[in-house]
Amino acid sequence: MSPKTLYDKIWDAHLVDTTEDGTSLLYIDRHLVHEVTSPQAFEGLRMSGRDVHAPDKTIAVPDHNVPTTPDRVNGIENEESRIQVDALDKNARDFGINYYPVDDIRQGIVHIVGPEQGWTLPGMTVVCGDSHTATHGAFGALAHGIGTSEVEHVLATQTLIQTKSKNMKVEITGKLHPGVTAKDITLSVIGRTGTAGGTGHVIEYCGEAIRDLSMEGRMTVCNMAIEGGARAGLIAPDETTFEYIKGRPHAPKGAQWEAALAWWKTLYSDDDAHWDKVITLDAGEIAPVVTWGTSPEDVLPITATVPAPEDFSGGKVDAVRRALEYMGLKPGMKLTDIEIDTVFIGSCTNGRIEDLRAVAEIVKGKKVKDGMRAMIVPGSGLVRAQAEEEGLADIFLEAGFEWRLAGCSMCLAMNPDQLSPGERCAATSNRNFEGRQGRGGRTHLLSPAMAAAAAITGRLTDVREVM
Amino acid sequence: MDKFTKITGVAAPLPLINVDTDMIIPKQFLKTIKRSGLGVNLFDEMRYQDDGSENPDFVLNKPAYRSAEILIAGDNFGCGSSREHAPWAIKDFGIRCVIAPSFADIFFNNCFKNGILPITLPQEQIDMLMKDAEKGENARMTVDLEAQTVTTSDGETFPFEVDAFKKHCLLEGLDDIALTLEKAPAIQSFEAQAAVSRPWV
Repeated sequence: MSPKTLYDKIWDAHLVDTTEDGTSLLYIDRHLVHEVTSPQAFEGLRMSGRDVHAPDKTIAVPDHNVPTTPDRVNGIENEESRIQVDALDKNARDFGINYYPVDDIRQGIVHIVGPEQGWTLPGMTVVCGDSHTATHGAFGALAHGIGTSEVEHVLATQTLIQTKSKNMKVEITGKLHPGVTAKDITLSVIGRTGTAGGTGHVIEYCGEAIRDLSMEGRMTVCNMAIEGGARAGLIAPDETTFEYIKGRPHAPKGAQWEAALAWWKTLYSDDDAHWDKVITLDAGEIAPVVTWGTSPEDVLPITATVPAPEDFSGGKVDAVRRALEYMGLKPGMKLTDIEIDTVFIGSCTNGRIEDLRAVAEIVKGKKVKDGMRAMIVPGSGLVRAQAEEEGLADIFLEAGFEWRLAGCSMCLAMNPDQLSPGERCAATSNRNFEGRQGRGGRTHLLSPAMAAAAAITGRLTDVREVM
Repeated sequence: MDKFTKITGVAAPLPLINVDTDMIIPKQFLKTIKRSGLGVNLFDEMRYQDDGSENPDFVLNKPAYRSAEILIAGDNFGCGSSREHAPWAIKDFGIRCVIAPSFADIFFNNCFKNGILPITLPQEQIDMLMKDAEKGENARMTVDLEAQTVTTSDGETFPFEVDAFKKHCLLEGLDDIALTLEKAPAIQSFEAQAAVSRPWV
């Protein structure tokens, strides 16, 4: 048998049908659904008289629109948001799919809830009408975002029409220095490859620094595979993965666990598998990084200075000129001199318990800089509960952070949490696009530890100086 | 789905790289539960000023391009979120074809589901098309899917590649779901097999 990559193996295990031109029908094991990209798909089912093919493999949770302030128990004030969440409630009920409503403690960001509840398992195919579905690749599951037409297609058939992507290997050798995290790895990779560097590929992340990461860290890395343009990111499952999964509500139990484990242990890329593209980074050379522009590829170590348009070539020259104007930055200024108005900690990239622990470690006994808005939005109700149990919430409140309920919140600002024009935010989320966090808002992406440091000093800060 | 065969129309030049889906349709317009009516908010933040009036400098607000049917853009068009609201807005505005050196994966797929043809051409050819588009409404381009060609107002023709299955679906306006449901027996047999080999799924 010819050697295969992990992607090849998962692909082959889910192939329902292939036509001569390579167009394939792939079986989908898990379909995650949220309120923004699904209403038109359910409407389509109703109009054509179709049913959900596999409701037991379909999991829905509202996350994008939900307010994260305590008053949400009184309902959602914004009418359009309320209608969308109500539509999901009704669709979940009508079609009999698994559902975590807003008032369920298990509610949260769909990409945090899935793994937390044990829905996401190695070797699965996982899709969701959301580009950050890439997150689930951390388990060695082939997971990617789809559009609403494809959501309808999966609801109706439990399959997806696909053409196979190419294989790309991203190896992170060696060990990370203190203060450098999974977020710095994933941003640094995008800084190297560019936001189109992974286009047409599925990335497998490997190497010592990836193996050393917890599941939370691995999810952060895979989450941003999409920002590198890749269809999906993958990390081969290992003991860390199995330990995380064991005992979760929807993980296999007993004899099924043993059978699953035996198969999961075969899920790795063979030694002589073919790679279409290979990128290698030395973990020891990765520094804490921040973004300075309006594309996730605009990444630099915190010790650097703002670049000039002339430092680039091609279409990027104009793009950088536009980005610097939008961001209100001048070439040559030190990144650590950039003052921040707001700190947002949360999102499917960095809203898990480990992220909150990293923040607590930095801010314990310290205060958020006067006049700054600083909020922490846990990724799920269970993350929130755990943070309270571990005493992290007390540390945050003591330091002056707002301690919110679970949701996507200011990552994409569909709920009331938005930036005002010109407001500058240090964010642990995944996109720094123009207007992403609010019209005219300015976003700097960074790790939770770096965001915590910025909250204390009021400017972009090298976390290694406050550790 | 609407068929796409051949169009001749005005092409609007948008010489920006990394045009993301937040730029194409900002999040405040994702709260709809319909597919229609998004064209008025296409490129909202670039198209309108803070007071809600049109930004006269934005290409789609210029008289020559108000009824553009083709868009010429830079590298990595449609990156970011998977929101199908992006192609819905483009289509609702009246644009049926986007030509760029490269596209983000999910956006590219979403176009085909909505009767929009995304065409990838080399940067040098995009540069030529961009120049042609800058001539305004007299410069009408022709995109012929059957022949797989783009023809400029001067009659210069560039061939393009397109996936055979996607081409077939666009030309015929086929519904993917109906096509897949024809394969229901294969899906059922896959499920029966998986119930044995991976019962925990």
